Amino acid sequence: MNAMAILTERDRAAVRKEFEKLTGPVKLVVFSQELVAGDLCRQNEQLVRDVATLSDKLTVEVLNPAIDRERAEPYRVDQVPAIAVGGARAYGIRFYGIPSGYEFSNLIDSIIVASTGEPALSEETKASLQALAEDVDIKVFSTPT
Amino acid sequence: MRLAQHMAVASERVRATAIEATEFPELSRAYQVMGVPKVVINDRVQFEGAVPEQDFLGAVLQAVGPA
Repeated sequence: MNAMAILTERDRAAVRKEFEKLTGPVKLVVFSQELVAGDLCRQNEQLVRDVATLSDKLTVEVLNPAIDRERAEPYRVDQVPAIAVGGARAYGIRFYGIPSGYEFSNLIDSIIVASTGEPALSEETKASLQALAEDVDIKVFSTPT
Repeated sequence: MRLAQHMAVASERVRATAIEATEFPELSRAYQVMGVPKVVINDRVQFEGAVPEQDFLGAVLQAVGPA
């Protein structure tokens, strides 16, 4: 793997095209801890920085949960490497582990929906979710494809 | 993860976390991940495989409903 660019030129062109849909700013918060998973955290950070070069609407913040405790706390991230995706508010979208394959597509999709604030869900689903009286924590386990 | 992340944007109540199972074997063991994608909601409701939006919403509502 090339240390300077994790994405191929073809990936970058495809993502740049997808990012034409971006309307509002998105912050990608990267959680890295050298002592816990140095290599994976470096690769994850590189991937996010690489993605962030593809649109001027994206900014990157890197936090070490053991050091930047106060800034990391609201994200409630308890694993590294991790990425939190935020737009108009700190949407609770997190990726634990380096998003590759299908999860990479999901990362790009999450950036777009965080930017537009317009989820691709039916009106009925949105109404049900907005009426929730309790917090909902959804974990989705996957493997790289 | 796609539906989950859209739900997180639709409601401040919803938090969605994609977990790369091979990088986090302990978490995967704790949640008995055998097949992927595996979805776990509020540590209460779980299912494997991709499901339509309506079924996913049904699982979310089940997870916050009375025990």
